[in-house]
Amino acid sequence: MTDSPPLVEMKNMNVTFGGVHAVEDVSIDLRPGEILGLVGGNGAGKSTLIKTLSGAQKPDSGQIFINGNPATIDNPRDAKALGVETIYQTLALAENIDAPGNMFLGRELVTRLGTLDDSAMEDASRRVMGRLNPKFENFKTPVTSLSGGQRQSVAIARAVHFNARILIMDEPTAALGPAETEQVRELMRQLKREGIGIILISHDIHDVFDLSDRISVMLQGRLVGTVNREDVTMDEVLAMIIVGKQPGELTSTDLADLHG
Amino acid sequence: MLRASEIDTRMLGMLALLLVIWVGFHFMSGGTFLTPRNLWNLSVQFSPVAIMATGMVLVIVSRNIDLSVGSMLGLVGMAMAIIQAEIIPDIFGFDHPATWIVVLLIGLALGALVGVFQGAVVAYIGVPSFIVTLGGLLVWRGVAWSLASGRTIAPMDSTFQLLGGGSRGSIGEVGSWVIAGLAVAAIVFYLVNDRRQRKRFGFTLRPMWSLVTVGVVGSLAVLGAVWTMNSYYLPVNVARQVAEERGLAWPEGGLDIPLGISYPVLIALGVMLVMGFIANRRRYGRYVFSIGGNPEAAELGGINTRWTVVKTFMVMGILVGVAAAVTIARLNAATSGLGTLAELYVIAAAVIGGTSLSGGIGTIPGAVLGALVMQSLQSGMVLMRVDAPLQDIVVGVVLVVAVAVDVFYRRRSER
Repeated sequence: MTDSPPLVEMKNMNVTFGGVHAVEDVSIDLRPGEILGLVGGNGAGKSTLIKTLSGAQKPDSGQIFINGNPATIDNPRDAKALGVETIYQTLALAENIDAPGNMFLGRELVTRLGTLDDSAMEDASRRVMGRLNPKFENFKTPVTSLSGGQRQSVAIARAVHFNARILIMDEPTAALGPAETEQVRELMRQLKREGIGIILISHDIHDVFDLSDRISVMLQGRLVGTVNREDVTMDEVLAMIIVGKQPGELTSTDLADLHG
Repeated sequence: MLRASEIDTRMLGMLALLLVIWVGFHFMSGGTFLTPRNLWNLSVQFSPVAIMATGMVLVIVSRNIDLSVGSMLGLVGMAMAIIQAEIIPDIFGFDHPATWIVVLLIGLALGALVGVFQGAVVAYIGVPSFIVTLGGLLVWRGVAWSLASGRTIAPMDSTFQLLGGGSRGSIGEVGSWVIAGLAVAAIVFYLVNDRRQRKRFGFTLRPMWSLVTVGVVGSLAVLGAVWTMNSYYLPVNVARQVAEERGLAWPEGGLDIPLGISYPVLIALGVMLVMGFIANRRRYGRYVFSIGGNPEAAELGGINTRWTVVKTFMVMGILVGVAAAVTIARLNAATSGLGTLAELYVIAAAVIGGTSLSGGIGTIPGAVLGALVMQSLQSGMVLMRVDAPLQDIVVGVVLVVAVAVDVFYRRRSER
């Protein structure tokens, strides 16, 4: 796996908001068929960092390489053209539009006459949803009337349908019950087997530990470090998240503080 | 059961309201409201408001507002009037056959230009549309006035006048029945095609009783409307002229020549169809609704939201151009006060028709029906000789009540 070129390489990314360094000189990479956990406390800069990859936020400086080629990502369209799909924490759904309309938002299927092909979009939605959430049946109602889990399913279905090479998942299971969460986890394992690279952002350290191959930790806009999941314990990752210390630097007093 | 039938309960409610207004006025006015003559005039007067209301729906759905449409109507109307009454005759002479189309195209272009300008300030500079178009309300009125220094410009080109209806501006009996036939055929085709599409993909079908009811009621409404239009006859002197032109003998008791559907109504219906198509069947319409539902989601979906907003104001401007043409053609003149307060009627029509001021929700046919409700109220009050100030009070109260009912209805449907 180490021999394959990185799917994504983000080098020395910087984002500032009015003098505040939200992301400071952060470099991460993602390989094919890998799940990279991206963790850190609130305001650590995780969401801002991945927004520069999904096209929702322009970085002040830094370089992004996709499959080893330098990439310019100025807006969400550029990112999607490069095979980067994102499931946002806010889900980014238009409340007044039905599930198929949201799945194809900005990429609507049209007939030969240039009119919206609602039937074809509904048909495609039903097929993707059959894989994700077979119980989902509300294809005609605006998503505002759907439950949290159903809405999340729509957001995930949208990302999966367009054959992403790189998938960014920002808190993908936040609104889901246990059964649905397991479905999403199984889906992630399946996508991983298909060679898709996934960046997983989660508050749930157990989630990240169960699924990730590597874990990148951020604190106050900086990268604390990236570690192989197999080489570290959960305590060591927690120490990175909270006090920003590398696993090697951790002393027994630090550990005592963490648990105290 | 009503839900499975897929009949829009809101539309049903509006039709019921319209019925109440019509029957109510009919009795209160001593039987003069539901006459072919009144309904024909009502249909002509309602057209400009209906035309603009279809555009206002998209503007409001995209979380914007356009307060300048009345003043824009004044500006575009005045410009079109000056061109056809004072500029073209000097060069090509009076009543040149191409005058009407040249003037109309200039009017539409001017409307589009003003719309793009306002839309660009809203979308690219980020000034709220309320402020931009409030400024526009003053600016365009001022420009309209200074174009003619407050004079009234008349008369209009004789072909151009047909756009406004009037005794010659309708398509006659046969043409009206042809339109009715086409409309009924379209209703049947739509229902059959929808059913076929659903069968193709194996979706749930609409129950047969609902299909048949909608088809029959829709067709009867079309036929009834056209029958009414055809029951209004040309005034005697015009009828005599027409009879002479057609070489008909003038019988002792006079000749009943039906007017049929007027051009303004035909234009309004055409605009409704085109705008409905754009709103529901084109990507652009989907984008407008997604911006209204969640601007951030639209942006993240890769939609060029700014350009979409500019286009929405442009469409509004073009429709103001159409409405201005109809208005000055009907009056056969342009005054500097043309279109004053039209913005209120247009916004009221859209809102009464179910457009939500918080954005994301609204329908084109609803707005047209809203325009019909507004115009019916006004015409009815005129028939009953209600004083102008009292008319304003009633219109204002109706607007607020309509929105209050709407807010209540939506809150309940959200549980």
